[in-house]
Amino acid sequence: MLRLAPAMIIALLVLPVGAGLMMVILPAFGYLPALGGHGISLTPWHMLFAQPGLGRSVAVSFASGLVSTAIALMMVVLFLAASRGTWLDRGIRRLVSPLLAVPHAAVAFGFAFLIAPSGLVARLVSPSLTGWERPPDALIVNDPWGVSLMAGLVLKEVPFLLLMSLAALPQLAPEKCLMLARSLGYAPTVAWLKTVLPSLYPLIRLPVYAVIAYATSVVDMAMILGPTLPPTLSVSILSWFNDPDISRRFMASAAAVLQLGVTLAALLSWWLLEQLTRLLARNWLTNGSRQQGEIMLRRVGRSALLMSSTTALAALVGLGLFSVAGFWRFPELLPQMLTLDHWQRSGPMLVTPLLNTALIGLISTTLATALVLATLENEHRQHLQPKRALWLLYLPLLVPQIAFLFGLIVAAESLSIRPQLSLVIAGHLLFVLPYVYLSLAEAYRRLDPRWLQVARSLGVSRHAAFWRVRLPLLLAPLLTAFAVGLAISIGQYLPTQLLGAGRVTTVTTEAVALAAGSNRRLIGVWALMQAVLPLIGFMLALAIPRLLSAQRREFAT
Amino acid sequence: MSTNRNPLRGALTTSITATLLAFSLPAMATPDPSDWQSVVAEAEGQTVYWNAWGGDTRTNRYIDWVAGQMQAQYGVDVEHVKLDDTGSAVARVLGEKQAGNDNDGSIDVIWINGENFAAMRESDLLFGPFAESLPNFALTNATENPEVVTDFTLPTEGYESPWGKAQITFYYDSAQTEIPPQDMPALLNWAEANPGQFSYPRIPDFTGSTFLKQALIELTEQDEALYQPVSKGDFEAVTAPLWAYLDALHPHLWRSGRTFPDSGPNLSTLMSDGELSLGFSFYPTDAAVAVMEYELPESVRSYVLKGGTLGNVHFVAIPYNSPHKAGAMVLADFLLSPQAQAQKQSLAMWGDRSVLDIEQLNSDDQALFQQGDRHPSELPADALSNTLPEPHPSWMTALQEAWLERYGVN
Repeated sequence: MLRLAPAMIIALLVLPVGAGLMMVILPAFGYLPALGGHGISLTPWHMLFAQPGLGRSVAVSFASGLVSTAIALMMVVLFLAASRGTWLDRGIRRLVSPLLAVPHAAVAFGFAFLIAPSGLVARLVSPSLTGWERPPDALIVNDPWGVSLMAGLVLKEVPFLLLMSLAALPQLAPEKCLMLARSLGYAPTVAWLKTVLPSLYPLIRLPVYAVIAYATSVVDMAMILGPTLPPTLSVSILSWFNDPDISRRFMASAAAVLQLGVTLAALLSWWLLEQLTRLLARNWLTNGSRQQGEIMLRRVGRSALLMSSTTALAALVGLGLFSVAGFWRFPELLPQMLTLDHWQRSGPMLVTPLLNTALIGLISTTLATALVLATLENEHRQHLQPKRALWLLYLPLLVPQIAFLFGLIVAAESLSIRPQLSLVIAGHLLFVLPYVYLSLAEAYRRLDPRWLQVARSLGVSRHAAFWRVRLPLLLAPLLTAFAVGLAISIGQYLPTQLLGAGRVTTVTTEAVALAAGSNRRLIGVWALMQAVLPLIGFMLALAIPRLLSAQRREFAT
Repeated sequence: MSTNRNPLRGALTTSITATLLAFSLPAMATPDPSDWQSVVAEAEGQTVYWNAWGGDTRTNRYIDWVAGQMQAQYGVDVEHVKLDDTGSAVARVLGEKQAGNDNDGSIDVIWINGENFAAMRESDLLFGPFAESLPNFALTNATENPEVVTDFTLPTEGYESPWGKAQITFYYDSAQTEIPPQDMPALLNWAEANPGQFSYPRIPDFTGSTFLKQALIELTEQDEALYQPVSKGDFEAVTAPLWAYLDALHPHLWRSGRTFPDSGPNLSTLMSDGELSLGFSFYPTDAAVAVMEYELPESVRSYVLKGGTLGNVHFVAIPYNSPHKAGAMVLADFLLSPQAQAQKQSLAMWGDRSVLDIEQLNSDDQALFQQGDRHPSELPADALSNTLPEPHPSWMTALQEAWLERYGVN
């Protein structure tokens, strides 16, 4: 059974993505008998290129992927270089998992509440500093070039890249490199950048690529923060797929293929940037300069990440404030009165989405964790090196959701699989599994093999050693991986919406649906629920190992 | 106990059963609304997926109330599938039809009117006729009130059942604006004098599209053309004054017309933030409800334009492949009941006007609609008589496309 696990995992991820892509590529060239397209034609492409604003949509999608990732990566790298061992470092490390857990849509809502002309920031400085009695008529949220979208993306990408880096760092033994560099007279930040970063980057490269792919094709965040006239390519695709005019489906499929191209182009550009950086940095790495730029780098490194984390937290506070606000006119900083009305009114409507969210999250994450454990255990028992084919694990993260989900539905429909809860769970599994793998694999492989050797030498079977030695030892990373999986599942908008035909509602789909009505108070309630759920998961993941180990200690005494 | 020794008899029994099944299955799938008792009986225990625009909290609240009543009174489970655009439900049914899914569709009831109804009728996606057989339909007194059987100039022919009435209603803050603009030219002057304080929802939002039609009716000289299917040759000439007007208006709109609010309800949010001073809604009571819920200041007043504003009736329809048509019809009928209509009209719930002919109801039912004093932010009752009829549905789509072509890239 175990031996089948890697093959199963890959089939489970590759087949749906492949089938979905196929069912998008065919109609992009006019072929989809189910929709009345029997021949090959380029009409969908002609239609697509005649759409007003297509160029801008593509440009914004492409740019937001590259720019936001570059900024986020730079912030994370400089932070790691500049604040090792400081109070800031410890504080941020504690904050990073909760921030990662908050779904994109919730961050986007909160961020929009902060930066809108009538938002919290403007209220903070009005009318005292600005003299504004009415909100300024400034286009900030939904700006045509997607600047606020990029800023929102950065807020979410930073904790992800930081967590991935923190997970990868221990195996590089950075302290040794740093000690050596420091003894040669390098200033701390420069030392880190010159000795640790070059070996760290290859380890976080895949997550970086996943971030680029995600950012070029994100839907929910782009609907909330992104430009509107025209929207990003992904948002346009969604509306074309939903158009009652069936001929637009073919055009939407062509656009989905274009989206795949845009994402690939962004990845390729990034790869070229990598090569360029390598060339340019070669000289800098070995030029022997030991102090240059230290102070500046340190300042930027510490402040930038602090700022993004504070912004994300402030966004959540804003959500909370709106969820209990009564009448609240500009420029009052706080609501005239606080009320629990919005919570009470939403209470009964929260039940089903909450149950669905929990059910989908728990089942998909449990399945994902079991499959990942089986794969890793198999690798361990067979003494295999991590397979190259495991790259394929990341396929669902590298292929834009919008490019294959619609095709996946057509494929499912033609197999008479109707949209339903189980389809949604299967869809979530596609995205949960890679993240569970990403968060668990390293800890699993690093576990000191001698523990298991000792157990085996005491006559414990392989099976029992796995359950009684390995799992308890790995409890903390296992629970963290589980919490990550849950968070990913909770945050999924598009797969839930599409694979459930809108009939399977989760807190995320409800929150995004409410966005159209723009009742900030209700959005506050739902987005906060959305943020709180994964936080509970992370808190449990932290608390359970402590409780258990305290118990064990009690047994021992 | 009889054992089946004769194989022929066995085969015969099987084939008879199969034939019976074949006859009885479609009968179960398409209940007959004229035999209402059996429809109600069949509906019990069904789950009805009601696809309805979910962008408005009051509507959602009302649908939630309806779901509770349907469960209590008929044992029908109603699930609100919240849409951000009704077009996506049309697209889904069409997709299901194309994929050959003719009796297990994912949608049982759609809240619909106008161009979406026209599109579904054209592609033969609706079940019917059923509406006029619903027991409560008689209460609408359709012979006297033809609007309940006419949807954007098209006769509904029983393929959708009336649910509520909407009419474009403007609202403003009387503490800031003394005399609000009374027609389109005045609106332009007002916007010039108060830059950034008015806007309309981004096309293709239906409230925004209705604003375009409202402006078009007022500005064009060729009103008759609007009540015929749009023709290519005409379109330019008929709409030219509209585009000239919008070209002049946009620079004075909120954000200088570089972006537009997402939806109708968004206008009142922006007004509550103090960003807009003049807004409009499809629901004449919207401003009053918003005041009652602390979203708008008490000085807000409602009015309709001097020459009248567009009004329409909205409906519910049943897709041809709905697996729960009995439950869907019971829902459509319940929505027409005096109880449900009165709840819908109450300001505490939604404030959407009734499609029933209230004066024809018995006195007990009439009493349900007595809802105390008029709210000061509400529209005076007589103002609503000034209703302009909706143009042919093809104008909606044509206007949307033309708008996106002109203003879709800023």
